[in-house]
Amino acid sequence: MTALVEIEGLTKRFGSFTAVDRLSFTVARGEVLGFLGPNGAGKSTTMRMLAGFMEPTEGTARIMGHDVRRDGLAARRELGFLPEGAPTYPEMTVSGFLSFAAAVRGYSGRERAVRVSAAMDLTGLEGVRLQPVETLSKGFKRRVGLAQALLHNPPVLILDEPTDGLDPNQKHEVRILISRMAPHKAIIVSTHILEEVDAVCTRAIIIAAGRIVADATPAALAKMHPSGKLDEVFRALTHPTSTSAAATRAAA
Amino acid sequence: MRGILLVAKRELGSYVATPVAAVFIVIFLVIQGLLTFNLGGFFGRNQADLVAFFNFIPWVFLLLVPAITMRLWAEERRLGTIEMLLTLPLTQAQAVLGKFLAAWVFCIAALLLTFPFVITVNYLGSPDNGAILAGYVGAALLAGSFLAIGSAMSALTRNQVIAFVLGVAVCFLFAVTSYPVVTAFLSSAVPELAVLARRVSVVARFQGFVRGVISLRALVFFASFIGFWLYLNTIFVKARQTD
Repeated sequence: MTALVEIEGLTKRFGSFTAVDRLSFTVARGEVLGFLGPNGAGKSTTMRMLAGFMEPTEGTARIMGHDVRRDGLAARRELGFLPEGAPTYPEMTVSGFLSFAAAVRGYSGRERAVRVSAAMDLTGLEGVRLQPVETLSKGFKRRVGLAQALLHNPPVLILDEPTDGLDPNQKHEVRILISRMAPHKAIIVSTHILEEVDAVCTRAIIIAAGRIVADATPAALAKMHPSGKLDEVFRALTHPTSTSAAATRAAA
Repeated sequence: MRGILLVAKRELGSYVATPVAAVFIVIFLVIQGLLTFNLGGFFGRNQADLVAFFNFIPWVFLLLVPAITMRLWAEERRLGTIEMLLTLPLTQAQAVLGKFLAAWVFCIAALLLTFPFVITVNYLGSPDNGAILAGYVGAALLAGSFLAIGSAMSALTRNQVIAFVLGVAVCFLFAVTSYPVVTAFLSSAVPELAVLARRVSVVARFQGFVRGVISLRALVFFASFIGFWLYLNTIFVKARQTD
């Protein structure tokens, strides 16, 4: 297993507030890493630093060996990123927006058309290809963002809450899509939905206050609480005064 | 270069997809027409030139150009699309130049649509068309200067109204410094500043073009002025990315 994503001492401070505190981990090909944590734990900040949108205060990360600070452009070429809330230009049509992203990624002519239609095919967008994004439902908008991240078939995918706002059927489809791509890529998915971790992730990292508090397979994590439920473990690790915390300590 | 053109093309597409383009062009042409023919005393002057037309251009641009640029970055930030745009394999400088280029092409298109003025003076008399051409080149450079300022101001905020007000305020600063009232006041109050003010006055440089003079100095001035503000724009985009 080769590490496609390597994170070393990644730190982000906003003034005196430390959002991400010396985070280090690697993600290998074939891994789907569930990135969990309460709101404000530093998930999106970490993902933004990986995607080159935010400059780390300290430490660095490498995507396919390219340092995000020194060689950001090369790192971003190897990366598909779905930002939080899947922002897209509202007045553009679905295919117009995807064509723009594909062109920036260096595709032109026939190859661009093929890439765009393959991405729309994967995410079920053919039916709305000529619709302006602003007229789409929340679920479709998210799929447009996802299609943008998948366009160039990148070896590394970073998806910030890819299923947020989707209905149960759409969630299911996205999970299947992620599982299908998993063997060939390193995928990092942030989520609040713990059953999703069970369903798609091969490994889960829980962070709280910018630090890693757990890093294990979903099954091993679940065993940390006598109930065997992930959400109890999550509560215990990220909200230590709760009743589940005591039970987790007892089980350990 | 490819990245710049792609960003510019997308940006221009969004002007056309929204009513921004149509509203801007109509208002620009109506105001320019009213000012030139009525306030400017175009007919009363009894001279076949476009001096009246060009005299009002700086003030019309002062109000309208920040209206184009206010959304350039503020809107990206408000929608969150800036995060998508800047995580594509593009540099900040490419994005800044692409957006500026789109706004500039659009302004130049609006300027070209004032061709009926040129036809009118040519019908009524025999103007110095060389001077008119120089005036248009100057107007395009003036628009570019204001656009660069407005774009940089837009990168400072996610609020379009603030971006607009900041844009007008800063453009105003570089416009009024060409007026005798201001330079006279500055020379008596802070002489050091008066020298500087005269040097950076975009409108004074523009007036040279209106007189029919295209000097290398003026071209270099506009190029550096636009370059300076676009450089600031890039710094603002980078700085605001961090928080």
